[in-house]
Amino acid sequence: MEAWRFFKKTVSMVFIGTKGYYLWCAFLLTVIGIAITFYIQQLDAGLIVTQMRDQVSWGLYIGNFTYLVGVAAAAVLLVIPAYIYHFDPIKEIVVLGELLAASAIIMALMFVLADLGRPDRFWHIIPFIGSLSFPNSLLAWDVIVLNGYLVLNTIVPIYILVKIYFGAEPSKKFVIPLVLLSIPWAVGIHTVTAFLYNGLAARPFWNASILAPRFLASAFCSGPAMAIIIFQILRKTAGMKIRNEALFKISELIAYSMFINLFLLGAELFKEYYTGTIHLAPMEYLYQGLHGHHSLVPWIWSALFMNVTAFVIFLIPKTRENLLTLNIGSFFIIVGVWIEKGLGLIVPGFIPDPLGEIYEYMPNINEIAISLGIWAFGLLIFTLFMRIAIPIQRGDFIHSRYAKPTARPQYERIEP
Amino acid sequence: MKRVLFFISVISIALWLPASAAQHDEYPVASPPFSEGIFPCSSCHAGLELNTKKRELKDEHTSIRLHHAEKERWCLDCHNGPDRDKLKLADGEIIDFTESYRLCGQCHGNIYRDWRAGIHGKRVGFFKGGKRTYFLCVNCHNPHDPKFKPLKPEPPPIRPERQYGK
Amino acid sequence: MMSMGALAGLSLGSLSCTRAGMEEFLQKHFREMSEDEKKAVIRRLEAKYLKKYGKKVRISTQQAEAGVLWGYGLDLSRCIGCRRCVYACVNENNQSRVNPQLQWIRVIRLKKGSLINLENAEHYYNPETVPEPGFMYMPVQCQQCENPPCVRVCPVKATWKEPDGIVVVDYNWCIGCRYCMAACPYKGRVFNWAEPNLPAAELNTEVHYLGNRPRMKNVVEKCTFCIQRVRQGRYPACVEICPTGTRKFGNLLDPNSEIRYLIENKRVFRLKEDFNTDPKFYYFFSA
Repeated sequence: MEAWRFFKKTVSMVFIGTKGYYLWCAFLLTVIGIAITFYIQQLDAGLIVTQMRDQVSWGLYIGNFTYLVGVAAAAVLLVIPAYIYHFDPIKEIVVLGELLAASAIIMALMFVLADLGRPDRFWHIIPFIGSLSFPNSLLAWDVIVLNGYLVLNTIVPIYILVKIYFGAEPSKKFVIPLVLLSIPWAVGIHTVTAFLYNGLAARPFWNASILAPRFLASAFCSGPAMAIIIFQILRKTAGMKIRNEALFKISELIAYSMFINLFLLGAELFKEYYTGTIHLAPMEYLYQGLHGHHSLVPWIWSALFMNVTAFVIFLIPKTRENLLTLNIGSFFIIVGVWIEKGLGLIVPGFIPDPLGEIYEYMPNINEIAISLGIWAFGLLIFTLFMRIAIPIQRGDFIHSRYAKPTARPQYERIEP
Repeated sequence: MKRVLFFISVISIALWLPASAAQHDEYPVASPPFSEGIFPCSSCHAGLELNTKKRELKDEHTSIRLHHAEKERWCLDCHNGPDRDKLKLADGEIIDFTESYRLCGQCHGNIYRDWRAGIHGKRVGFFKGGKRTYFLCVNCHNPHDPKFKPLKPEPPPIRPERQYGK
Repeated sequence: MMSMGALAGLSLGSLSCTRAGMEEFLQKHFREMSEDEKKAVIRRLEAKYLKKYGKKVRISTQQAEAGVLWGYGLDLSRCIGCRRCVYACVNENNQSRVNPQLQWIRVIRLKKGSLINLENAEHYYNPETVPEPGFMYMPVQCQQCENPPCVRVCPVKATWKEPDGIVVVDYNWCIGCRYCMAACPYKGRVFNWAEPNLPAAELNTEVHYLGNRPRMKNVVEKCTFCIQRVRQGRYPACVEICPTGTRKFGNLLDPNSEIRYLIENKRVFRLKEDFNTDPKFYYFFSA
C-alpha cells in the first residue's frame, strides 16, 4: 500500500510541475531524441560517421568522459568541508553531492559506451561473464572503480532519503564510513582515469607524471564550479536553503585548486619548452600550432584565459562574494576546464601520431549531437533525482504515517 | 716435422672445405630471364664464326647497351665463345646460365656471400616444408646494365580527411 | 552501465534475429573454446562468408609450432619506397579496399640524415619514380613486440601474443575501444571504421582465424606476419613481392635461419628500442 503511494506520488512529482520545469524537461528530451537518431546512424554505419580516424582514434567522447569523471570525483569531495565543520547539514550536501556524482558517472560511462565500436559485445567486459583483463589493463581498473563509485554514490543517498521518508534519522554509523570511503574512492577514480592515459609510452603528451595531480587539481575546480551554479538554481527553483556564505567558501576552495592547477601547468610547460625535445611537439601543436596545423590553438588560449580570469575572480574577496562575478567565474571554469581536459588533453595525445603524421581532428555534427544528448540525459537524471530528493529532505514527501493531513500538494512548493 | 705437416694439412683442409662448398652448393634458382626466343643461343651462333675482336655490335643484340664496367670488358669475358649456351668464369670454368650467380660472385664477393645466406636478393615460396626459389642476380639486375632502375610507386594511402565517401 | 550495454547489445536486432546471429553474439573467446566449439564456429563463419562473397573460404586454426619465434628483417639500404608491399599485403590479407581504406604497412619517406625524428616523415609522397635523391624510405608495420603494450592495455584480452611471437586479434572478441591503438608506438593497428569493403572477386580464400579472414566493422586489425602463410612455412606476402629484396624473414630460434644470419652479421637496430617493447622486427643497413 505504502509502496503504491510512494510510486503514485513520485510519478505525480515527476510529471507535474511548473511551466519552467516542463520546458526544461521537454528541452532535454528533445536533445536526447535527436541524439538517439544520430546514435542509431553511428551504430548502423560504424564510427566512420565521426571525425575520428586511425591517426586520432579518440576524440570528443573520450574527452567528455575524462571531464565528467573529474566532475564526479569533485562532487563528492565537496562533502569534506561539510564533514569537517559539522555534521548537521551534511545530509543535504551528501545527498546532493553524491547524486551529482552519480549523474556524472552515468554520463561518463555513457560516453565510453558511445565511443565503443561494438556495444553489442559489451558483455565481454563484465567480470566473470566476459574476460575483463584485470589487473593488466587500466581500462579494466576504470570499469571496476567507476561502477563501484556509481554503486556507492547511489546507496548512500537512497539510504538517507529512505530513512527520512520513514521519518527516521539516518544512522551516522552507516553513513559516515561510506561517505569517508567515497572520498578516497573519488580520488581513486580520477587517478585511475589519469593513469589510463599516463601509462602509454607511445604518447609522450600523456606520459608525464604530472598528469594525475593535474587531473585532480582541475577536477577540484570544475566540480565545485558546477555545484555553485546548481546550488543557486536549486535555491531559486526548489527553495533549497543554501546560504551565500557556503557558495563563497566553495569559491575560495576553487581559487586554491586553480592555483595548483595553473602551477602544475606552468611546471609542465617549463619542462617541455626548456628541454625542447621532440616530445614538445604535442604541446607545440596545442599552444602554437605545428607545421601549419593549429586548430586547437584558439581553444586552449581561451581556456587559459578563462581559467586565469576565474582564478583572479575567486582570489579577490570582493569579486568572489559578488554573485554576478561569482557566476561568471564559475562559468569560465566549467568551460575552461572542459576544453583543457577534453579536446585539449585527448587530441594532442595523438598529434603528431607515432609515425609523425598530423591529422587535425575536430568533432563533427554526429559527435556533437550524441555528446549533447548524453549531457542532456545526465541533466535529466539529475533533475529527476532532485525532484524526488528535495521534497523528501524538506519533509514534504514523507511516509503517510507521518504526513500532516493539511500538507499542501508538494508540487506547489516547488515553485520559486 | 710431423707437426708442421699436420698443420699444413689442417689449414689446407680448412681452406679447401668452404671453397669447395661454395663450388658445389646448388641453389634452387629461378629460371634466367631470357628475352623471348633468344635461348638457346646456339640456334643462331652454331653456324657463326667466332669473332673475338672487341667491337660495337651493329646487326644483332643492338638493344644491349653495356653499362657494367664496359671499358674493362665485353661480351666474351662472360659469355663462353665456343659454346654460347654457356657462361665462362675467369678461371676458364664453363657454367650454365642457371649458375650465373657464380659469375657475378667473382667480383661481388660480399654480395655473393649475402646472397647465399639469403640476405641479399629475394627468395620466394616455402622456407620450410616446400619448394623455395632463389632469385638469380639477373632476375633483378640486368647483367649488361645492373643498376636497379627507378620504379613508379604505388599510390599513397588515402588521407584520413578523405576516408569517407569523397 | 551494464544494463545499458546489454540494452545496446539487444537493440542490434540484425545480430540477434537469426540463430547464427545469436551464436555469433554469444561466441566465446577463441582461446577458451574447445576444439569442437572452434569447429562449429569455423563452420558458421565459412557458411557466412560463402553467403556474403559466394566463395568457399578455408579457415585455418593452425597452431604455433614449438621452437619457433618469428623475426623479420628489413634492409633500409635497399628499400626504394615503391609501396608494392603495401598492396600485396592488402590483397593477401583481405583488408577493406576503400571507404574505409585499411593498410597494415605504412611506408614513410625520411630526409637523409634525419632518421629518428619521425616528425620529418612524409607519408603521402607520390613522385613519378622512386627512389628520390636525398631521401630514404622506411616501411613500418606491426613490430610483433615481445613486450607488446597493445596487449597489456586491452580490457578484454581480445589481443594476445601467440607462442611463436605473433600478436593476434580475435576479431569476434574485440569491443572496439581502440585503447590498443593509443598504446602502440608504431601505428601497428588500424580500425575498421565502417563495414569493410572487400570485393568478392579479390577475396583471398586461404585464411587463418587469427589472421586474414574477412573482418567486420568497428574492430581493430593488424599485421600478423601473414600467419596463414608462415605457419605453413611460406614467406609473408610482403617478402615475396618486394622487388628489391629488402624484406627478410625467419625463425629467430633457428641458428641457420636468414634472420639469425642478418642479426649476427649486419648492423641491426629496432624502432624505438628505448620503449623496451622488444620488437622482433629488425631494421638493418646492408650497405
